[in-house]
Amino acid sequence: MSRPAGDLQPTPGQTVGPFFGYALPYDGSSDLVPPTHPDAVRFHGRVLDGAGDPVPDALLEIWQAGPDGAVPRAAGSLHRDGFTFTGWGRASTDGTGHYSFATLAPGPTAPGSAPYLAVTVFARGLLNRLFTRAYLPGDDAALVADPLLASLDPERRATLVAAADDRGFVFDIRLQGDGETVFLAHG
Amino acid sequence: MTDILDEAPTAPASSDAAASTQAEVSAEMAAISREYADTGATETQPRLDYPPYRSSVLRHPTKDPHHADPEGIELWAPVFGHQDVDRLEADLTIQHRGEPVGERMIVTGRVLDGEGRPVRHQLVEIWQANAGGRYIHKRDQHPAAIDPNFTGVGRCLTDGDGTYSFTTIKPGPYPWKNHRNAWRPAHIHFSVFGPAFTQRMITQMYFPSDPLFALDPIYQSITDPAARDRLVATYDHDVTSHEWATGYRWDIVLTGSHRTPLESDTEGDDA
Repeated sequence: MSRPAGDLQPTPGQTVGPFFGYALPYDGSSDLVPPTHPDAVRFHGRVLDGAGDPVPDALLEIWQAGPDGAVPRAAGSLHRDGFTFTGWGRASTDGTGHYSFATLAPGPTAPGSAPYLAVTVFARGLLNRLFTRAYLPGDDAALVADPLLASLDPERRATLVAAADDRGFVFDIRLQGDGETVFLAHG
Repeated sequence: MTDILDEAPTAPASSDAAASTQAEVSAEMAAISREYADTGATETQPRLDYPPYRSSVLRHPTKDPHHADPEGIELWAPVFGHQDVDRLEADLTIQHRGEPVGERMIVTGRVLDGEGRPVRHQLVEIWQANAGGRYIHKRDQHPAAIDPNFTGVGRCLTDGDGTYSFTTIKPGPYPWKNHRNAWRPAHIHFSVFGPAFTQRMITQMYFPSDPLFALDPIYQSITDPAARDRLVATYDHDVTSHEWATGYRWDIVLTGSHRTPLESDTEGDDA
């Protein structure tokens, strides 16, 4: 039973289930910066299922570089003192399947690279987490040169690029079917 | 973790109508299990496409995941510290005025990366039902008693050896709507981070010899029996505490990291 000594096979994931709402989100979890921060952008969108219906019980996490492209190494994501940019946040979807973060636009982590947010998706009905990337629009040369985007056909590539709106960026996630988001395996 | 009763999310999707019997769901699970045994392959993770878990039908991707070499931000993980997590949050039995009902238990273990290195000073979060199988959550309508002395949410940071430890109450099994007379085996939800964001995972820890294992499509979505066993804690009398609490041990192994570890990942500092 359980794990014999020396067994380093990975522990399997399981669904987040329906009852995470009182446990995982916390005050300020989706505000990487206060929405009133002068450089705050809104990163938001909807999570949709294979019928195109909203998923009202999903949980998203984002992890990103700062505007200078540096990887944040400061603690404080749960504490949220309002001044420390930790690069990580968590948001659950609402009754319309919509999620929303207040954050700063990440910069390129290497010269000429395309900035993106790393996104993790959890949901009731989703038996293991999904990883994806939300690339920011704007630097077309960097997007064209990105190795991951270049390895996808144009229709699939488009699922990984957020759209600009008046306050920030929109990134919808389709778990299944037409326009299914590209999810990633890091092997 | 305050105002828990006001933090419930919205109404569920309606995909889990209780239309099938346990016998029908068990037959579906047995067929998948036979087909898996015939392949001779080894799977270590749950299937995303597992129809016996009805809610997965419209929520699993149909395309294989696309390979990506982790880069930049993905090679790192957020940092959590003692400004984020109070040490008292690891004891789920002291969050209210009185003692919660049920079997007090300690659950402890280590978080390791795929090479066996301890995952140090990293966040572990748990949530669970109370001893009667009831969650403090608006959407849980199971008519078992709410325990006013038990919320069922805890957090801790692993120590310099990758060890986490929680004091809690053994959760009860509870019914759900996947099919008629569906019951989940008792479990504790675990959320863990590694040194790289690609190691992020959420899972469930189970208890030894639960008679509901064979009937549960969430547990059985891990088609490999040895892989399923890795979610089952071990009763450990050395963890059990004299005249206080029973003890369980459960280690978590994350997938391999792609980043060369830094000294700060493996050497001791303040814990």
